[in-house]
Amino acid sequence: MLGYLLKRLFQMLLVLWVVSLVVFLMMSFTGDPVFMIVPIDATDSEIEQARRILGLDKSLPVQYWIFISSLLQGDFGQSYVFRQPAMALILERMPATIEMVVVAMVLAVVVAIPLGVYAGANPNGRLSRMIMAGSLLGISLPGFWVGMVLIYLFAVHWGIFPSSGRGDTAEVFGLRISLATWDGWHHIALPAITLSLGTMAILLRMTRAGMMEVARQDYMKFARAKGATRHDVLYKHGLKNALIPVVTIFGLQLGDLIAFATITETIFSWPGMGKLLIDSIYRADRPVIVVYLMLVALIFVVINFLVDIIYTLIDPRITLK
Amino acid sequence: MSFLRSEFFYNYRRSTSAVIGSALMAGFAVAVIAGPFLVAQDPYDIAALNLMDSYKPPVWLEGGDPQFPLGTDGQGRDVWASILYGARISVFIGLVAMIASCTIGTFLGLVAGFYGGIVDSVIMRIADIQLSFPSILIALFLMSAVGTGIDKVLIALTAVGWVVYARTVRGSTLSEIKKEYVQAAKVAGLPNTAIIRKHVLPNVLTPLIVIATIQVGTFVLIEASLSFLGVGVPITQPSLGLLIKNGFDVLFSGLWWTSVFPGVAIMMLVFGINLFGDFLRDELNPRLK
Repeated sequence: MLGYLLKRLFQMLLVLWVVSLVVFLMMSFTGDPVFMIVPIDATDSEIEQARRILGLDKSLPVQYWIFISSLLQGDFGQSYVFRQPAMALILERMPATIEMVVVAMVLAVVVAIPLGVYAGANPNGRLSRMIMAGSLLGISLPGFWVGMVLIYLFAVHWGIFPSSGRGDTAEVFGLRISLATWDGWHHIALPAITLSLGTMAILLRMTRAGMMEVARQDYMKFARAKGATRHDVLYKHGLKNALIPVVTIFGLQLGDLIAFATITETIFSWPGMGKLLIDSIYRADRPVIVVYLMLVALIFVVINFLVDIIYTLIDPRITLK
Repeated sequence: MSFLRSEFFYNYRRSTSAVIGSALMAGFAVAVIAGPFLVAQDPYDIAALNLMDSYKPPVWLEGGDPQFPLGTDGQGRDVWASILYGARISVFIGLVAMIASCTIGTFLGLVAGFYGGIVDSVIMRIADIQLSFPSILIALFLMSAVGTGIDKVLIALTAVGWVVYARTVRGSTLSEIKKEYVQAAKVAGLPNTAIIRKHVLPNVLTPLIVIATIQVGTFVLIEASLSFLGVGVPITQPSLGLLIKNGFDVLFSGLWWTSVFPGVAIMMLVFGINLFGDFLRDELNPRLK
């Protein structure tokens, strides 16, 4: 177990190192950040000076060394636009994003699992076919377009939900959370629904496939034979085993939600870190982009790691190697 | 015709979703090939536009004009014509990026599976790392680094799309090369490249058909998202996604048709591809038979 953990830790560090290398190289090939810093009427010598201060006059390997060593020392650079530490800017917006991702995930699970169980238990029913067609539609829709249609219907046309922004927040354990206020829920509803649709469809399909797979197993027949109720057979014997493959993609889905939050936040002007990323891309605010990517990479490797651990806990047949 | 009597065709006719899916795909094929001949107005010929026609609603609403069945945008551009032209760009990008991903991924998968060793490790580790990140985020990052353009969208999509082929082909290659016909070809003294090309390649292609079909839909969606965010195709060559973005800017004035209809077009295209892809998966998967 300890050996496995150490091996995984090493792999995680390796992944982060590769990501840092790719991010650094891609960023070095694009544009010249000097012009983000100096005024438009800067003289050549001023540009040269700015270049020296940024370290851009040095060779690429030296630049990378400076980049990685300052990252490791906790120096993540300053935003060119806000003139504030890039990390602080992102961390400040992170709760808003996490809040939306969590609500979307919960919504997806609450809707997808019962529908998936139903569709898997009655594969040929009319309702099951409708559920499946609906879920296929769910993965065929551009998420941002759904958000837009929701804005048009519920905000512009009927005016029952706000079209943008985050509502009132209240402080819970030192974090500003909008789920603690009614206004906050009112604001998060549309973006969270928009974000959850894709994940909902995928979880539903995975649950259905899992249920159909376990339905053939002997223990299901046995449970029925011993007289367990249909509900118990489906949920206690079936779902528990059907969920194993669902858990493996759960981590990936969480990652997808964080990624798609950038788009949802842009549509709904949700002040999260995803919108900050898109704004920073428009403004070529390189330090913020780099820190966002490194932070998100860290989140992803940690999620993947946790999923692997959970996987072994729920399925004793699998051992860590 | 033996195809018309085949089991595949029989199952196809009996499957409502496969028929609907392929009908939608065929509809888009016609729209993409014949699109410019189906509409009177070239939406990107400034001379053909008349500002007097701007912001006309769809024909069934009050103030609609039969000349513009789905209404017009702020420059008097026919929304229906824009969709036909936009679908060409979306479908072109989806198809070309799929072909490029499939070619590169298959090649790398064959090399990794056949030769093994360090080449295999390097290719598969890159694939692993890439798979732990959502495609949309990788594509977004690449586009933010290289700038907008159809060629750049193609590069970004290919960069995220090759992995799934490489993994699948590597897996099939590993099981194929253990088989006797490959051993026999080796003993017969055939060079490795010939064994890979003539013997291994044809036997690892079947699973790719489903992946390739579905991937076109996925690519259309990713491209639409990138263009919606403004880091995809340029304004001069608007895909369906960029049309939605342009429509989004006027949505709050109640002009819903300029953005809703391009979205419906994407939905029909991707839904059709997914329906047909699901049918293919069930047909080509021997375990389910």
